[in-house]
Amino acid sequence: MNWIVNFLTSSIGRKLIMSLTGLFLILFLVVHLAGNLQLLTNDGGEAFNTYAYFMTHNPLIKFISYGNYFFIILHAVIGILLYFKNRKAKGSSYAVSGSSDETSWSSKNMALLGTLILAFIFIHMGDFWFKMKFGNMPDVMSASLGVPVKDLFTRVSTAFDNPVLVIIYLIGQVVLAFHLWHGFASAFQTLGLNHPKYTPIIQGVGKIIAILIPLGFALIPTLHYLDIYLF
Amino acid sequence: MQLTLKVWRQKDSKAKGQLETYKVEADEHMSFLEMLDVLNEDLISQKKEPISFAHDCREGICGTCSLVINGRPHGPQQGTTVCQLHMRSYKDGDTIVVEPWRSAVFPVVKDLVTDRSAFDRIIQAGGFISVNTGQAQDANAIPVDKEDALEAFDAATCIGCGACVAACPNGSAMLFTAAKVSHLALLPQGQVEHKKRTKAMVAQMDKEGFGMCSNIGACEAECPKEISLENIARMNRSYIGAVFTTD
Ligand code: HEM
Ligand code: SF4
Ligand code: FES
Repeated sequence: MNWIVNFLTSSIGRKLIMSLTGLFLILFLVVHLAGNLQLLTNDGGEAFNTYAYFMTHNPLIKFISYGNYFFIILHAVIGILLYFKNRKAKGSSYAVSGSSDETSWSSKNMALLGTLILAFIFIHMGDFWFKMKFGNMPDVMSASLGVPVKDLFTRVSTAFDNPVLVIIYLIGQVVLAFHLWHGFASAFQTLGLNHPKYTPIIQGVGKIIAILIPLGFALIPTLHYLDIYLF
Repeated sequence: MQLTLKVWRQKDSKAKGQLETYKVEADEHMSFLEMLDVLNEDLISQKKEPISFAHDCREGICGTCSLVINGRPHGPQQGTTVCQLHMRSYKDGDTIVVEPWRSAVFPVVKDLVTDRSAFDRIIQAGGFISVNTGQAQDANAIPVDKEDALEAFDAATCIGCGACVAACPNGSAMLFTAAKVSHLALLPQGQVEHKKRTKAMVAQMDKEGFGMCSNIGACEAECPKEISLENIARMNRSYIGAVFTTD
């Protein structure tokens, strides 16, 4: 069993954890976005509230969501640990910093970006998840399920009447975009996947994802603020 | 040409060290190191302590020279060591800042000289083939794919200078170690001990206290031999594979 500990505490082992948890979190973001785009349906919340009920009551989804919490915490804890270890390894810095045009700003600021994402996650969970779980959020009847469900839709809709919150959410998405701009392709390099044949494709897909996912999320507060529905 | 140099001066590994300013008259045909030689002769004639800097072959093959010039290891020119950098890259009146490699694992010995013995210990951990090679083989006795031979050769051009560590914001030695793992891994002679070697070299790299790779790519950009990040990916997959298939 010693070998597992040795592996997971080696430099490459730690990075492997970052890579796998990071890719899992991206997968989560895609599912989360697909579900949340139902917030843009003009049906008084029927589709979204029913979906939210399903997501909070299905045992399999519940199990995956605990895994998700665990992976976010693991990714954040190891990410911050790596940051401090790397600072220690660098020791002192240069009096003049030279320009290597080939390196991206994102790649050198992953820990800062990640910490901001973590702060955003706390704000976000406090706004919706906490209020749904522990606040007294009113119920509405779900037409398709025939049972009362939490009216998360109205909570989201009213929350995004506040321009300050909308701006915080938009900043959060910009931060996420920068994290993914480097993160997606980096995760494959960490896994040892790099070849002139497919690496340019991974890098391209990474940049598209880094724009599309945050853009999709950004639509929700923006359109709710403007009272525009898409479907 | 008249130049202003700001050079890192540090008495020994314990001293604090600071940048000091010098004026030097250089010729555009001089190499950067020859320019420093001129400055040192000047300092000696003034009975001052000359600037210590590491150098040996001065033809870009030994990996001894190691200066960070205006924030860039080996200076502004792509794919060259600092001994191969010439003063024609600068113009009259320029101010040039010269610093040593920065890494907690490469402590400054004096001025611009750092102790890079950590690299030697990574090689000692397994960067070799431990069989008796005997007589030189007949050229085609062991077939090697042309592509593999070329890639192995590219990796083998690493001169162990440490610019990758100096350039990396994390002080990671992954590019060096990956080059040394790769040039053997790609050839049949290196296959036998490949897994053991990768594990041992990575373990030593970690033990020395180098940072972890964030895939930033500053190493590849500054490496005088243009060693590719593909080598790091190869080492990652070799290491992960080796951990699960050996005891
Ligand atoms: C939605 C959330 C997140 C996603 C999708 C995500 C995704 C990723 C991915 C794919 C990587 C690349 C892994 C690699 O280089 O192998 C990465 C790296 C990183 N992440 Fe995140 N991340 C998220 C949240 C966070 C949070 C909350 C932190 C907290 C501090 C964080 C800190 C880091 C750090 C420091 C790295 C760089 C590790 C390194 O290469 O040294 N991330 N992230
Ligand atoms: S990989 Fe490049 S920068 Fe690093 S030691 Fe080898 S030659 Fe020098
Ligand atoms: S002195 Fe040998 S490579 Fe520069």
